[in-house]
Amino acid sequence: MGQAIAFYTLAAFILGFAMLVVIAKDTVHSVLFLVLDFLFVAALYVLLDAPFLGVIQVLVYAGGIVVLYLFVVMLVNLKRPPEAHHDPRRRTKLGFGLAVAVLVELGAIAGYGSSRPATAIAPGAGMPVTGNTEQVGWLLYTSYLIPFEIASMLLLVAMIGAIILAKREL
Amino acid sequence: MITPTHYMVLSAALFIIGVVGVMVRRNIIIIFMSIELILNAVNINLVALSKQLQNDIGQVFAIFVIAVAAAEAAVGLGIILAFYRNKETVNIDEMNLMKW
Amino acid sequence: MVDNLIIPLLKILIVLNATLVAVTYMVLLERKVIAWAQSRLGPMRVGPYGVLQPIADAIKLMIKEDITPVRADRWVFTAAPIISMVPALIVYAVIPFGPKVSLFGRQVSLYITDINVGLLYIVSVASVGVYGIILAGYASNSKYPLLASLRASAQLISYEVAVTLTLVSVILMAGSLSMVSIVNAQYNSRVWFAFVQPVAFVIFFIGGLAETNRAPFDMPEAEQELTGGFHTEYSGMRFALFFLAEYANMIVVSSVATTLFFGGWLRPFPNIAALRFLDVIPSWTWFLIKSFVFLYIFIWVRATLPRYRYDQLMRLGWKMLIPLAIANLVVTGIVKVMLS
Repeated sequence: MGQAIAFYTLAAFILGFAMLVVIAKDTVHSVLFLVLDFLFVAALYVLLDAPFLGVIQVLVYAGGIVVLYLFVVMLVNLKRPPEAHHDPRRRTKLGFGLAVAVLVELGAIAGYGSSRPATAIAPGAGMPVTGNTEQVGWLLYTSYLIPFEIASMLLLVAMIGAIILAKREL
Repeated sequence: MITPTHYMVLSAALFIIGVVGVMVRRNIIIIFMSIELILNAVNINLVALSKQLQNDIGQVFAIFVIAVAAAEAAVGLGIILAFYRNKETVNIDEMNLMKW
Repeated sequence: MVDNLIIPLLKILIVLNATLVAVTYMVLLERKVIAWAQSRLGPMRVGPYGVLQPIADAIKLMIKEDITPVRADRWVFTAAPIISMVPALIVYAVIPFGPKVSLFGRQVSLYITDINVGLLYIVSVASVGVYGIILAGYASNSKYPLLASLRASAQLISYEVAVTLTLVSVILMAGSLSMVSIVNAQYNSRVWFAFVQPVAFVIFFIGGLAETNRAPFDMPEAEQELTGGFHTEYSGMRFALFFLAEYANMIVVSSVATTLFFGGWLRPFPNIAALRFLDVIPSWTWFLIKSFVFLYIFIWVRATLPRYRYDQLMRLGWKMLIPLAIANLVVTGIVKVMLS
């Protein structure tokens, strides 16, 4: 019962703030709504028994990536909003209608799949079950070590790329 | 009783909002933020199903998605800054230097 | 019902009130200590030895006119001090002031909660606290605050990396992310982590100075630079909120340093029975004494050291502290593997 209340409240806030991100006229307001959205998604992860992932979401997404977006928005903030002229080739209402149709379809697929519950996939053998962080860490460092190393190389390459792209003269 | 279907519908709705944001808005930074919304929707789906299947592999995948999103945001914003320095606009309708 | 709701609410009330009073009196403490370092007396007029000075300051700030700049973004302008203050306060939910004691016939733990990702929670909340500074500068719609806030936030996010890496070495030593487990690990291994990880402690302290915009890293908010920094356009209670947030952050950094590196609530040498007479001082008093020592060192450093220039500051953070923290982490890992 408490879980249902928590889920519906969090879902309402997440979807509400997501719509505000897309709708807001001022870019800085969009970024702030995105931060709030990510904080509520982190709360949803805690509800889903994944506290480590929730804290990582706040630390990396809300505290790192969106700060980066905020910096760039402040550096490129123009006084004239980019949507000042209306493009007649754009069919906004048709787009929204199609979006609602796709959402109904996805909901139907999800509802159909729930009538045949899937069997649980057993976790790998030999994993000490002492809490969420230890379980995730165990998986990351034994079964999925190679993707972990590749992800670290990816971050290194992205860091070098971002530094070179943002330099004034190459 | 909150079944994973509820989480999947929430994730689908968030995904749709993100896709609508990508297609409707003209400001490229808002398009990037809508892409982050799409990635978050996928993460919610992964974590919810990971809880249903009692295996933490979904959370590990979600961590990788977060890492890839960080890398993509850094490089993408670098590109936007470099473009803005040359053409002084963030409207993607005006980013047509390579159009024939 | 009582255990799950009333006792945590009481603890939250006590901790919040104590923090806000402590933060207000930190202002007086700072002025007094800096005055003594400069061979003068500090505030002496209001109340005996100036003890009522913070109340006078609070009344003055509350009755000042609240100015909002003309074309500033009103919602963001109002929200920025709140965003600055809230993360400094909610960190207290996981800081342990003492172990389980028996009070009035029931077992009460002297911490509000103990989540098993406690240390990571503190780091993530600190990284959300950067928003207050960025938004304050942006919402003021004025050149100097914008530049100062970008400088301050760049400084904060640079030193966050070094601080987080030192925390990882502490986690390696303790084997857990929960704050109570880290104190218990220091009890079990008979030594405070500051003596096992001195480099990590020094980097954490320097990073803590930079994270809270304290001297010698206070260029973004010094009065001689950039006409007052990111809070130039703020007046009255909102300005006070920024300063209170800075002092609250200082207390948080002191508390976290005490818990992680200096044994938290443990008395010195908890395993030597000959020193049992030191147990007359309760555990939470030891914690407060140790935190107070760190606060004193914060103020002492401000009175003593000159200010870093901005490029020197960034060079210190990126080129010296981060490689040192990574080297410390690698050495800790190697030693731990070799000893097991």
